[in-house]
Formats: sequence, C-alpha cells, structure tokens
Amino acid sequence: MMMGRKKKSIIRLTLSYILLGLIALTVFYPTLWILMSSIRPGTSIFSDTLIPRNPTLEHYVNLFTSEQFMYGQWYLNTLKVAICTTIIALCLVITTAYALSRFRFRGRKTVLSTILVLGMFPGFMSIIAIYILLNQLNLLDSHLALILVYSAGAPLGVFLVKGFFDTIPKSLEEAARIDGASHWTIFTKIMLPVSKPMITYVALTTFVGPWVDFILARMVLRTKENWTLAVGLWDMVANNSSSSFTMFAAGSVLIAVPITLLFLFLQRFLVEGLTAGASKG
Amino acid sequence: MDTTMKQAVPTSKATRAAVMSALVWGLGQFYNRQFVKGAILLASEIMMLMYLIPAMPQAVWGLVTLGDTPTGRVKVGKMWQTVHGDHSIFLIIEGLITILVFLLFIWIFVTVVRDAYRVRTTIENGGQENNFIQSLQYVGENKFAHLFLALPATGVLFFTIMPIVFMIMLAFTNYSMPGHIPPGNLVDWVGFKNFSDLLTLGTWSETFYGVLTWTLIWAVLATVSCYFGGILVALLIQQAGIKFKVMWRTIFIIPYAIPQMVSFLIMRNMFNGEFGPINQYLSYFGLGKLPWLSDPFWAKVTVLLVNTWVGVPVTMVLVLGVLTTIPKDLYEAADVDGASAWQKFRAITMPMVLYSTAPILIMQFAGNINNFNVIFLMTGGAPANGDYQYAGSTDLLVTWLYKLTLDNHKYSIAAAIGILIFIIVASLSIWNYRRTRSFQEEDMIQ
Repeated sequence: MMMGRKKKSIIRLTLSYILLGLIALTVFYPTLWILMSSIRPGTSIFSDTLIPRNPTLEHYVNLFTSEQFMYGQWYLNTLKVAICTTIIALCLVITTAYALSRFRFRGRKTVLSTILVLGMFPGFMSIIAIYILLNQLNLLDSHLALILVYSAGAPLGVFLVKGFFDTIPKSLEEAARIDGASHWTIFTKIMLPVSKPMITYVALTTFVGPWVDFILARMVLRTKENWTLAVGLWDMVANNSSSSFTMFAAGSVLIAVPITLLFLFLQRFLVEGLTAGASKG
Repeated sequence: MDTTMKQAVPTSKATRAAVMSALVWGLGQFYNRQFVKGAILLASEIMMLMYLIPAMPQAVWGLVTLGDTPTGRVKVGKMWQTVHGDHSIFLIIEGLITILVFLLFIWIFVTVVRDAYRVRTTIENGGQENNFIQSLQYVGENKFAHLFLALPATGVLFFTIMPIVFMIMLAFTNYSMPGHIPPGNLVDWVGFKNFSDLLTLGTWSETFYGVLTWTLIWAVLATVSCYFGGILVALLIQQAGIKFKVMWRTIFIIPYAIPQMVSFLIMRNMFNGEFGPINQYLSYFGLGKLPWLSDPFWAKVTVLLVNTWVGVPVTMVLVLGVLTTIPKDLYEAADVDGASAWQKFRAITMPMVLYSTAPILIMQFAGNINNFNVIFLMTGGAPANGDYQYAGSTDLLVTWLYKLTLDNHKYSIAAAIGILIFIIVASLSIWNYRRTRSFQEEDMIQ
C-alpha cells in the first residue's frame, strides 16, 4: 500500500516535471531564436542551425550607425516620452484613485460609471478626432502630443489603484485626522507609502506603454527622426522584412531585454498588483 | 435656482445676492464683501463670454448644417483661385468644443449663484463671510476630492469623451471615401443609414456577420485557452513535491514580461510559411510544411496559439494567488474521508478558483473582443477574403474598424462598427457586474 502510493507519486512528479520542462521550452524557444538570429551574419530569416556558426555583433552596431535606421535617436525619443508619460500619468491616476476611493461626494457614482462606460469603447475609435484635435493645436509630429494623449487617457485605468486604496483600513487615516492631519498630509504620509507595490505596478505598465504603442505614434509622428522604437520596429517588419530580418531581431532584443529585466526584478510588485486588481475586479 | 425658491426662511437679502450674481458673476460676491472672489469671477465671466457670444451661433449653425459651401476653385478673370469653403469635420469638432465650454459656463453659473445665496444666508444668520484665504482653506478641507479630480477630468473630457462623442456623431453622417471627404466636399447627416447598411445591405452585412462570428468564436476560444492553460500551469507548479516553485513561476512569467508587440512580431516571423523555423522543424521530421499564416483556417489556429503563449501567465499568476488562499484543512478533511486527488480537485480546488476568478473571466472575454494587437501584428487580418469588404479572414471587428478608418477612409461605417462593438462589450460587462455585484457592494470591504 505504502509502496504503491510512493510509486504513484513518483510517476506523477516525473510527468509533471516533463510537462513543466516542455512548457519552459516553448517559453524559451522564441526568445532564444530571436537572440540567435540577432547575432547571425547576413540578413536572412532562414538558417539551418539554431546557433549561428560565426556569431557577429554587426547588426547591433549597424542599428546605431546606419543612415537607414536611427535607432539611437528612436531609443532616446521613446525614453523621453515614456518617462514624461509615467510621471504625469502616475500623478493623475493616483490622485483620481485617491479621490474616488476615500471621499464620498455628490456625483461619485456617476464618475465611476462614466469611467467604466468609457473603457468599453474600442480604444482607437477616437483616433480620428484626436488627430484633428492635435492638428488644430499644432501638435502633430511632436512628442508632447504623445505624452498628452497617453497621460490624459491614464485616469481611465483608475479602478486597479482605487481597488487597492479601498483595502487600506479607514481607521488608519481617521487616527491621523484626529491628530489634526490635513488631507494632503494623509495622502502623502500615509496612503502613498502604503501603496508602494501598487504604484510600482502602475508605473511599470505605464512606462511600457510608449515602447509598444505604434498605432497612435505612427499617426502622430510623421518624420523619421521623431519616431519611437515601436514605429521603427513595425516599419522594419512591415516594409522591408525580408531584407533586414536580422536587424529587426537585434532591434527587438534591445527593446525586450531592458523591459523584461525590469518586469522580472519587480516581479513581486507585479504579482501583488495583478492579484489586488483581481480581487476587486 | 430651485433651492432658492423652496427655502422657507425669509432671506430676501440672500435672494438678492443670488440674483445679482446671476446677472453679473461676482456682483453678489461684492455685495457679500468677498472682493477677491468677486473680481476673479467677474474676470472669468468676461473671458468666457468673449469666446462664447460669437462662437455659440456659429457652433449651432455648423452642427446643424455641417456647412453649405465646399472648398472649390473659382475662375476670377483668367486665374483659378481656391475659395475656402466650410470644412464639415472641423465644424463638428469646433462645435463640440464650444458646447463643452458652454456647459462649463452653465455649471459655473449655477455654482456662483448658489455660493452668493449661501454666503449671504450665513451673514444674515449672524455668521461671518470667509475672506479669500479662508475660502481657499475651505476648499482644501471640504472639496478635496473635487480639487484632485479637476485636472484628470479635464484631460479625459478633451482626449476621451469629446473624441468618442465626435465618433458617435460621425456614425450618423456620410463622411467617407469617395465623394464625401472635406474640404473638397461637404458631409451630411444621414440618420441610421450606416447601421442599416451594415446589418442588411448585401456585401456590407455579409462582411459584418462574417467578421462578427469570427470575433465571437475568437473571444471564446482565446479566453478559454488562456484561462485553462493558466490554471493548468498554476496547478502543476503548486503540486506537493514540486521543487523550485519560484523558479518555475519566474520562467513562466517571461512571456508576460516581454513587450507584447515584440513577441507578436517575433512569432510572425517564426510562423513564416517559407523560411520560418517552425516549418523547418516540421520538414526536418519528415512532416509537410503547414500554411501557418496563409491559409484561413491555419491562420486562425496560429493566432490562437500565439495568444495562449502570451496570455497564460496572467491567469497563472492570478490562480497561484487564489490557490494559496484555499484553507489547508479542507484538503485534510477530504483526505480523512478518503477522497482521491481528482475528487479533491473537482470538489475543492476548481470551485474555489472559479469562484474568485469568474469576474476576470468575463472581463478577459470582453477584452479579447477588442484584442487588436495580436491580430494586427500577427496576420494584419490576412489571408485576404474575396467575399469581404476591406476585411480578411482573421480580421476582428476592431481590426476591420482600423482598416476602414486609416487605410480606406470609410469613417462613417467605421464609427457605426465602433458603436456596435461598444454595445456588445457594454452589455457583457453590465451583465457581469449584475452577476458579481462587486460594484454595488464595494464599500463592504473596509
């Protein structure tokens, strides 16, 4: 009886490890393949071995030196847009969430329902109107336009943060109120420090936005030197994929590596953020 | 204003203050000896009226008629000259902005009148009016939420609400290539024609129902595959006896950490029919190459596979969270009763997981209906479908909407599709909130 059970458990564990290993393989294969492609000589997507025979870093060098790809410039543009957006969007989201979570005022339910309803429209349905608006404001082909639109849309994602604030006990701030703290003090001295995991999560997801959005960016940014990485990368695949696949590979590695590392380092916050958002819906 | 009438206390002076403020902003405040506040209000009324008085009639005219003369070329003597006419689309946008400012004006108006009345009532009852600094402090203490919300609300108003209203309006016009593109042509209101075209007219309706069917099938399959894939992976990791749990979790989070756009573009190349490594392996093992992206059926399979790869980690993280919250004694009790592993899974694990993740499931379903990136980046809607208007076999409603708008300039039909998508997603979400009721009962968790 005991032996049978042990045997069964060994079989179960072995099968599980095999399955886990297989899944890990499918996770790693695409990343490995693109990494290897990026150091393969030539430009073709085709290769008879996974690991290239004469690995080279020329594609990485080319990205930054070639006239055709202004990769360095795009990198700086994206970084600039991403940092500005994160700062502004974070301020907007957190203040909105704090107001909606902690205060009971007339019209609060209306605001909450409006945010919900707005989130149900297809995101870029409004893109034409935004384009005309930016045109009127004379902001086309500028990074300011991107920062403005990204940040202005951020408060729509407020539910996650509001859900997190909701779980912070009210007694905490009531005690502070009795001690004579103002709303601002409570906000900066109590709420913000307590919600560090959530803020990190939101900052991270906002920061990644400009790196991967090419719809709005492609429409707003007209000149090549103003492009962000996403637009440039998309252009590489859409317009000359066959001729420069290995360049594309190197380009994607340079985008993916910093962001992936950032995510993995901040994994704890990520898990907390996702779970907190889930428990509140 | 209603409240001023209903007030039983005889406060004729308060009414006088209110009327004064209604005539000219700030006048009532001057009367209440709040000079700084009054001056600011007076200045803002002058500024708003200077904009509104000329703009308002123009806005109403523009929105009703959408302009009456298109831009054209007129022969003056021997020269052709361009005469700038009305641009219907700019008329709509400018009209909308003017109306927004007008609504703001009304709101301030009501607030100012109320304020004059309230302050005067306080004075008449023996109270003291606030000086400017005190007013600011009052706002800081009692209107903190409004203060915090003002800036985000303005942003959302101009960059989300206004554009959406604009697109809703477009759905009722004929703004579309060819023939109705300003500045050369005017745009007209056409009522529900775009909707009836979509739902009943030959090629349009055929495309619409075809794309809608695939969108729904896609949403169901994409949601289910990610959901159960996530549960499976989470259960595998969380089993008793599995070592290095954190390592496994970290590995499986990687697809979530890689920017989606990059993953999709990489996958698109991996599944490349001629040179992609997947087909290379298939032929290496003596199997035929598969038309991963060029055959309508296989293209659908491919996007589903890739979506699973990207989507599983989110569910996995969520389910791992839920699994740790299931009380251990439930399983111990089941062991005592001699339950098998499968029975424990059926009776304890699965219900607990389903119960806490069901709302997410519905929201993911709604999200998948609007899942633009995976389709656009993987196939771009291809392979082409001859029966469809401007759509391919894997196009979802959203990607079709994108193509109609940005590639083909059929703005009016696209806007109508956008509204239909909204109706589908909104009904789903409302049903979801009704069911889970977490929205109504949010104050219960404190």
